[in-house]
Amino acid sequence: MSRLKAFVSRLSHLFLPLFVLALLIIVNLIKGADYFSITMVNGAFYGNIPNMLFGASELVILSIGMTLVTAASQGQDISIGETGAITSAIFVWYVLRAGDVTLLTILVGFLISCVAGLVIGAFNGTLVSVFKVQPMVATLILFLGGRSIAFMIDGKVSPILANEISNRIGTVIPGLPIQTPIILTVVFIAIVSVVLKTTNLRLYVESVGINPSAVRLNGIDPKKIIFLTFLIMGVCSAVAGFIAVNKAGRHDSVNLLKFIMMDAILAVALGGNSLGGGKFSITGSIIGAYTIEMLNRTLLRLEVNPEAIKVFKAVFIIMLMVVASPVVRVVVRKALDRAKTIASRYSRGHTGGLSNAVVSMTDTTGKKED
Amino acid sequence: MKKLPRVGLLLLMVILVLSFGSTLVVAEELIKIGIVNLPPEESGYRQANVEDMNAVFSKENGYDAKQTNTADNSEQMAAARGYIRDGVDYLLISAANASGWDDVLQSAKRAGVKVILFDRQIDTDPSNYAAALLSDMYYEGDLAVDWVLNNVPEPINLILIRGQMGSAAEIGRSAAVLKAQEEGKLNIVADGTGGDTWSLEEARKVVEAAIAANKDFNVIYAQNDGMAQGAVQALEAAGISHGKDGKVKILGFDFNRFALRNVQAGYWDADVQCNPRQAAEIERWIRSGNIPEGIVYQEEIVLSTDTITDEDIEKYGINVDPGKGVITR
Repeated sequence: MSRLKAFVSRLSHLFLPLFVLALLIIVNLIKGADYFSITMVNGAFYGNIPNMLFGASELVILSIGMTLVTAASQGQDISIGETGAITSAIFVWYVLRAGDVTLLTILVGFLISCVAGLVIGAFNGTLVSVFKVQPMVATLILFLGGRSIAFMIDGKVSPILANEISNRIGTVIPGLPIQTPIILTVVFIAIVSVVLKTTNLRLYVESVGINPSAVRLNGIDPKKIIFLTFLIMGVCSAVAGFIAVNKAGRHDSVNLLKFIMMDAILAVALGGNSLGGGKFSITGSIIGAYTIEMLNRTLLRLEVNPEAIKVFKAVFIIMLMVVASPVVRVVVRKALDRAKTIASRYSRGHTGGLSNAVVSMTDTTGKKED
Repeated sequence: MKKLPRVGLLLLMVILVLSFGSTLVVAEELIKIGIVNLPPEESGYRQANVEDMNAVFSKENGYDAKQTNTADNSEQMAAARGYIRDGVDYLLISAANASGWDDVLQSAKRAGVKVILFDRQIDTDPSNYAAALLSDMYYEGDLAVDWVLNNVPEPINLILIRGQMGSAAEIGRSAAVLKAQEEGKLNIVADGTGGDTWSLEEARKVVEAAIAANKDFNVIYAQNDGMAQGAVQALEAAGISHGKDGKVKILGFDFNRFALRNVQAGYWDADVQCNPRQAAEIERWIRSGNIPEGIVYQEEIVLSTDTITDEDIEKYGINVDPGKGVITR
């Protein structure tokens, strides 16, 4: 019973992102019934869904890190795109100086860029955890200066990664029908879920986000946890930068991952997470990220006028946020409860389970409304 | 008390040495120039522009030039005022923002400083500056559309990929295409934008959406090289042929060397110049003392697979050269 309860509770957390995703799919199906059709092109799957998965890979990875940072520090890292630009600049710098590009070169370059991501994460994390700077203010420094740093590392040009391996990482590996960035994203998600399953990370991060003082009294240093989430964010940025630069085949410090923090924060919010920290759902954020990608593509599909496309996106998101707001949730929950008491098909126990689940759906912010 | 005359003597010597030094500098008769520019990290274009300014207005060429690079309009104005106070002979400006410059330009005029605008126009009375050397984005658009009309087989079905909405480059480069469509010379089947960016990813999405909607198209008009690259990636993934002998013609802007190499290899078809090198022309004006009045537009060109040479890539290109035969996918 408790397992079922937990499952239903998780599902209700995911209600918003799944609902939006379903809505977008319906819109796309109305526009063209062949939306899900997948063909084989040059030995790889091709179609709307593979395109969307391909396009969203960086955003998904970044939104995972953003979820953790948001949950623990109760704020957002706005320098993720810039961090990715710096780490990928270091990756390109290493690869171009290594002479012959082999798989080992790429791997070493990737690891170096991850270390760079850790260093940047440590910088942001120190500001936030030790010096108690608001996350957005602390990360504003790199948001403003990061691209200049990447530009300097690039040697004031946009270097070109014209090697076969990079191209394969950015497109497809012969013999594998799925585009490499999609595979990398899946691997990354798998690693994150294993870490969350096998360690206490989730518990610590959530409790720090809910009540840092209580956590300190229980012998956990909240500073360390917040610092740790920024380290993870740094690695996420490095991985996203690695994928982005291999896709592009060229390091363009100006445009690489530009403004992606907006979409990443949005993905976290769409995923049913509170931007005020506390309990989090990585699954929700991942679905949120794919939803945003699908939204961007749907607007293009609907041939919205380019001048108006951002306005449409904004209006759509505002509507979503209102629908998902605690106020509306409480109203909906009350209506649902009433409907449930009327409905006689369910056994008493079952109904209890469900309404409990719905209560837990309205997280900390929702409870205030009670 | 005995020390005082000594200190006075020392001061006198210092003043003497300094004035002697400054007379030496004056004796060389360097032309003093203040350059107010945008930061090089803004784009490959700007990097080439800043380097060009530094190379042309060097000590060796007889100039005492100072350059301020900032994207902040008020910082730019402060720098310009500083140069006017320093008594520069010429003030060269590429403004971050086109408006709000009237006061600065008028005080330059009063101080007898000649102002030459480069690359970017300022919204002000033409009497407030001596001359302006600009890239005409409308002209670039016309060049590109001419190329499309002459080289793409009828009926021309075009995908328009716009850069950052509202930027001068986007407005100018879009105008020619929109006009050609109104005149019925071509057909825009998809019209997309990078929104606030010039990003490759956005361009890729625009083309993917067009393919998903089963649009028939035979030319892609991408408003910078990165966006053309993204568009081609979408075609590659969908298995649609492009470039020389391909179904879809590819046109980019800005003359990045990687783009020119792609054009040379027949992977793309053409690229339109956006010339960042105004310094040589301005230097000629200053040297001859013959500064034209009002706005002068730079000559710019289109290079296509048939016409491009290694020399062109070396001479006109910006950014790094991947090397002959290297395709940037």
